Formats: sequence, C-alpha cells, structure tokens
Amino acid sequence: MKKTNRRTFVAGASAAAVLSGSRVAFAQKKYDDGASDTEIKIGHTNPYSGPASSYGVIGKTIAAYWKSVNEAGGINGRKITFISYDDGYQPPKTVEMVRKLVEEDKVLCTFNTLGTPCNTAIHKYMNQKKVPMLFVATGASKWGDPKNFPWTMGYQPDYHTEGVIYAKHLLANVKDPKIAVLMQNDDYGKDYWIGFKEGLGKDADKVVKHVTYETTDPTVDSQIIQLKDSGANVFFNIAIPKFAAQAMRKAGEIGWKPAIYLNNVSSSVATAMKPAGFENVQGVLTAQYLMDPTDKQWDGNPDMKMWVAWMNKSNPGASLQDASNVFAYSVSFLMHKTLEKCGDNLTRENVMRQAANHQKLKVPLCLPGITVSTSPTDYYPIQAVQLARFKGESWELFGDIMHAESS
Amino acid sequence: MPSFPRKWLIVLIVLAVVIPLFHPVLPDTVSDYRLFLVSTMMIAAIAVLGLNLLTGFNGQISLGHGAFYAVGAYTAAVLMDKLDMPYWMTLPLAAGVCFIVGYLFGLPALKLEGHYLALATFALALAVPQILKYKWLEGLTGGVQGIVLSKPEVPFGLPLTEDQWLYYYCLIVMVLLYWAAANILKSRSGRAMMAIRDYHMAADTMGIDTALYKTVTFGISAAYTGIAGALSASAIAFVAPDSFGFFLSIKFLIGLVVGGIGSLAGSVVGGIFYVLVDNSAQALSTFVKNDIGLPFDLSAYTVFGILLIVLIRVMPMGIVGGVYALLRSLRRPAAPADAGHAAPAKPAASRSGN
Repeated sequence: MKKTNRRTFVAGASAAAVLSGSRVAFAQKKYDDGASDTEIKIGHTNPYSGPASSYGVIGKTIAAYWKSVNEAGGINGRKITFISYDDGYQPPKTVEMVRKLVEEDKVLCTFNTLGTPCNTAIHKYMNQKKVPMLFVATGASKWGDPKNFPWTMGYQPDYHTEGVIYAKHLLANVKDPKIAVLMQNDDYGKDYWIGFKEGLGKDADKVVKHVTYETTDPTVDSQIIQLKDSGANVFFNIAIPKFAAQAMRKAGEIGWKPAIYLNNVSSSVATAMKPAGFENVQGVLTAQYLMDPTDKQWDGNPDMKMWVAWMNKSNPGASLQDASNVFAYSVSFLMHKTLEKCGDNLTRENVMRQAANHQKLKVPLCLPGITVSTSPTDYYPIQAVQLARFKGESWELFGDIMHAESS
Repeated sequence: MPSFPRKWLIVLIVLAVVIPLFHPVLPDTVSDYRLFLVSTMMIAAIAVLGLNLLTGFNGQISLGHGAFYAVGAYTAAVLMDKLDMPYWMTLPLAAGVCFIVGYLFGLPALKLEGHYLALATFALALAVPQILKYKWLEGLTGGVQGIVLSKPEVPFGLPLTEDQWLYYYCLIVMVLLYWAAANILKSRSGRAMMAIRDYHMAADTMGIDTALYKTVTFGISAAYTGIAGALSASAIAFVAPDSFGFFLSIKFLIGLVVGGIGSLAGSVVGGIFYVLVDNSAQALSTFVKNDIGLPFDLSAYTVFGILLIVLIRVMPMGIVGGVYALLRSLRRPAAPADAGHAAPAKPAASRSGN
C-alpha cells in the first residue's frame, strides 16, 4: 500500500475541511414546511368545548407562553406562530383539525395534542406524513415507541408505570394487604389498573374488590360503601379530582381507614385534598413529578416564584390553583428548548433528532432532582416520580426519586 | 317541498366528478385535505338524508341517530379488523345490521308519539357509547381504546391519491343512496310514508298499514345513517366511543333543520352546512376578536349558535326552502307566464312550515 506523504495528507485534510465546511454552510439554514427566517409554525389541538373542556386552560396557557416568548424576541430570532384548534375531544374532529394544520396551515410540527383517543386517531397519519408529534398530553404508555412510530413522543410519566410503583410500594409496606380499587371506567383508569395488576404480579389475588364509576355519575358514595364492606385495608383511588375527593371524604365519614394510594392525576391540594377534608386525607400516598402550586411547601421555591410572576404578567386571569397551568408551562418550556437546540436547521427530521437528544435537562416546576432525558431509543421524557405522603395541609416527599422503565 | 330539477342535479354530479381532476392544475385549491373535507360533508349528508326519511317524510322525530351511526361505524370496523373484510363489503352489512336494529327499535317506538319518541331515541343515543365500552363487548369493540383501521386503498391501480379515491367512493355511495331515496319517495310506499306524516288517522282509514310503514321507515332511515357511519369509519380510519357522543345526534338534527325538513336536496345542503360551519366557527370567532377588534371572547359554539338562530329566523324552511321561496318571489313579478313552463307542476308533496 502506498505510503501517505505529508503533501497528500495535507491536501486530503484540507479537502475534507472544505467539504465539511460546505456542509456546515448548507446546514446553517435548512427549512421544512412551517419554518422560515422569521417564523416557526406549531400546531395544537385541545378540547375548548365539550365534556373535556376543563382541559382548555392548558391550550390557553401554552398560547400565553409562546406570546411571552415572542415578546422576548422569539427563538433564535424567529417568532412562534402557535395555531390551536378546538377538537371537542372527538377523535374524528381531531383528524380533521390536524390534517388542516399539516396540509393547509403547513405547521412544522404539532405539540401537546391532548387526549388518548384523539392522539390515537392521528398517530398513524402523523407518522406516515413524517411530521413530528411532540410531547402529547396523555398518560397512556404507548407514545414512546420509536421503532414503530419514530415521529411521536410523549411527555409525562405514564399511568402504567405509576400503577406499578404503587403496587410495589404497597407489597413492601403493608402487612397482609387486602386491596380495594375504585376506577374511572375509561382508558385512563384502565392504564393505571393494568399497571397496578402487573406490579402486584402473583399477588393480584389480594385485590378483594374492584369497582368502577362513570364520569357522568353524580357521586361515588355507593361504590365506597361497597369497598368498605369488602373488608379491605388498602384503597387504590384511580379517580379524577372531583371523584377522588368524594371518595376520600365518604371513606372518612363512614369510618373506613385503609391505607390510601391516590393517583397523581388528583394530587392537587386545592381541587382534591381540601374538598376531601384535611382530616380525612392524612397519610394518603401519591407519586409526583411536578410541583403542586397549591402546596405551601413550594411557596419559597425559585421555580414557583418565577412561575407565579409569569402567570401574573403574561397569563392574567388564569387560575394559580390549577395544576394544569403548571403542566402547560413545563411542557412548553421543553418544546422551547427543543426548538432552540435546532438552531437554524429547522427540518422536521432535526426537530425530532433534537427532541430525542436531551440530557438531564432541568425543566422548571419539575420536582427537585427530576430531569428530562431522551435518546433515539428512549421516547419517554419524564420517567421519574417521587412518592409523597400527605401531612397537615401539604405533601411531604420521601424516599428516593424512582426511575421506572415502562415495560 | 318542490323536488330538485333533474338537469341541475346532473350538472352538479358532473361537476363533482370533474373537479378533483383539476388537482395537477390547481394543487392548492383542490388539495387532498379539501377533498377529505368534502368527503366528510358527503358522509354527513348521507346521515342527514337518513334522518330526513324518518323525520321529514314520515313525521317521526329522532334525537338518537348518532346511535345508528355508531352501530354502522362499529359494524364496519369490527368486520375489517377481525375478519379482514374489504372496506366496500362492509357497507351493505352495516346497512343490514342497522336496518335490523332500527326496525326492532321502531317496534316499541310505535307506541310512542312526538316528544315521547324523541326521549326514547335520546336514551338510545346516550346508551350506545356506554354499551360499546361494556366489558363483554370489549374483545370486539376494543373498549375505550377503540379500533385503529387502515384507509381505503385505491383499487384497480387507478392513478388517484387515497383522499381522491375516498372522495369518489363517498360520491358514488351518496349518489346511489340519493337516487334510491328519490325513488322510494316517488313510489306508492313513499306516498304512504308521507300520508302517515300528514294525517296519521286518515292514512290508517285509507288502508295503509301504518305500523308496518313506520317500523320499516325506521329501519331504512337507520340503515342510511349506518352506511354513513361505516363510511366515516373508513375515512377517519379509527373508531372510539368518544367519536359518537350525544352531540353527534344533535348535529344531524341541525343539518336536517338547516338544510330543509322534507327535502332530499336539503339533506345534502344540511350535511355540507354542518361540516363547513363547524369547521369555520372557531376561525370566525378569532376573526371577530382579532381582526374586527370587538372585545368579545366568543366561543366557537356561541358563533355557531348565533348563526343558527339568524338562519332559522331568515329561512324558517331551511336553506333549500329559503332558496325556493326566493326564486319564487323573484320569478312571480318578472314573468308570471313563464313560471308554469320553467317548473312543470308536480303533485307537490309539500307541506307548509309548521
């Protein structure tokens, strides 16, 4: 083989330098639909009307977030155009609206589209069109599947994993458990329930009673009486705040005192714990990943102070009690950082690459120690939670932060 | 209500067939998304047509046609998902299943008149999404998770996109169903249906088997709406109980009233109207807020509601009824002699708006 002399080496090296240099020059400004020198278009759907319209505040807070980003000069000099449509929580409508976003409005990506059935309806479409579908607002466990759906990514810890965590904790800490479960009869309830059963493993027969309710039910009183009559000493409460509070209050009223595990969905002090009556919820356990704005222990926290100041300035009129606003802020921040990292290469491919390339990113309002990490094979941004016990009028975190890998 | 002139119908159909072919020339105007939107309009039109047969031509009120729509959609979805049946074969089966369900529901409904029937069908609309979630049916329906399907593939290697094919598919089905409905109404059975609507007791006295006609009409109406549901399952490629909430039934009723009760053409107009306004109400409310600068934060449904009220005030007989009234009032003073020639008098099966 010919020896490489110094001259050919220099020539080769400089040629390589020129080539890579020119590639950098090309890479400097690359755009797909929805991005230009002056703007980045992001699409979003949310139920502003219909039965799930209480989630509408999320869309409003996200819109306020992008407005404040634009007022501060945008991202790398580009303004964010945030287009949000109402889908009323109806999957066919989501399909119509998302097709409009992608094909008419020509957005670069969609972000935080809300609802498990709604996202299921557009899942295939977005991946066929190769449009990033980022940080979807659902706790189902199916959104982190980069092998089959490389264009879709979730955000929050999934319900399934959370269910597993409660089951493991319960088996380790409660002697001779007899478990009663109250479950909302839909996909969200079932995800928790399946994870919980999986966590129990061979001890699944320790569940002595499993009852459900519909969101249209007026109360869950009769369900709680049934659960008490089963003689259970553990109560797993899979309910949204209104019903979770009713359940714990009723349990207190009829003198049933089991160990209560409460799903994270209802861990808000203002919407669940206070209405249930503080005397009824002492010692209740939950898993958290975000700070609860109504929990007094965060009052002095710099993240929380910054959020309150931001809410007062940029999102006036929105509730400072509503944990949805904390969620919306934190997920928008992650989107913000992702777009910032894309620099001038605003192609859909690069957006996805950067979304899957966060290392221990500190996202405001996540519990201390919980960070966002993603990779091309890990599409679950937040997977850590910490257990908390209710004491007095707020949650007391205990134990280590748990990093649970979803199955 | 006067029937729609045939030559205009043919012109419209030809236009509908030709327009998608302009895609290479006007890619933005005839985009896939817009064709998809028109497909959903046609699907809504078929569903409203079904409701119109029942309410407009037979005088039975239904607040529950969303239920038949759901049954049709799920029948199609389950057949495609579990039995790998081609999508076009699911239509007649969905129609059959819905006919049976509608017929059976029509039997007890015979004893219920007016408001009571409306309430009974209302209950049906509320019950069906819950039944779909029921645990015994979960293996079949997928429970709350629903069923994910594939979009219809383009047959015979035609040079069409998926959305263009879906458009033609819906168009073919709609034209066939429209033609069938027009023929039913023109026949002896159709006259019997309308006689029952106009004067139940008189129809009975004339020897019409009112019970049979009413139940069969219920069945046919359900079958039409079921076909629309099956089409929507193919078009959206996903079914879930959340897709068939109670508001869907109201949507059909709005389409019916807006288009024109007792008019076949009105059903089509109603379907188009609903999808169009439903989609642009939000744009309109942001337009009012941002571009005109009025200090109202109107929700999309408020805008929708206001539009409806205005429309019903201006055109109490629906859009088609309003257009006919307008044409008549324009024509009468101008050329009274011509009127008879232009619109050959038909045994008009019209009824005045009440």
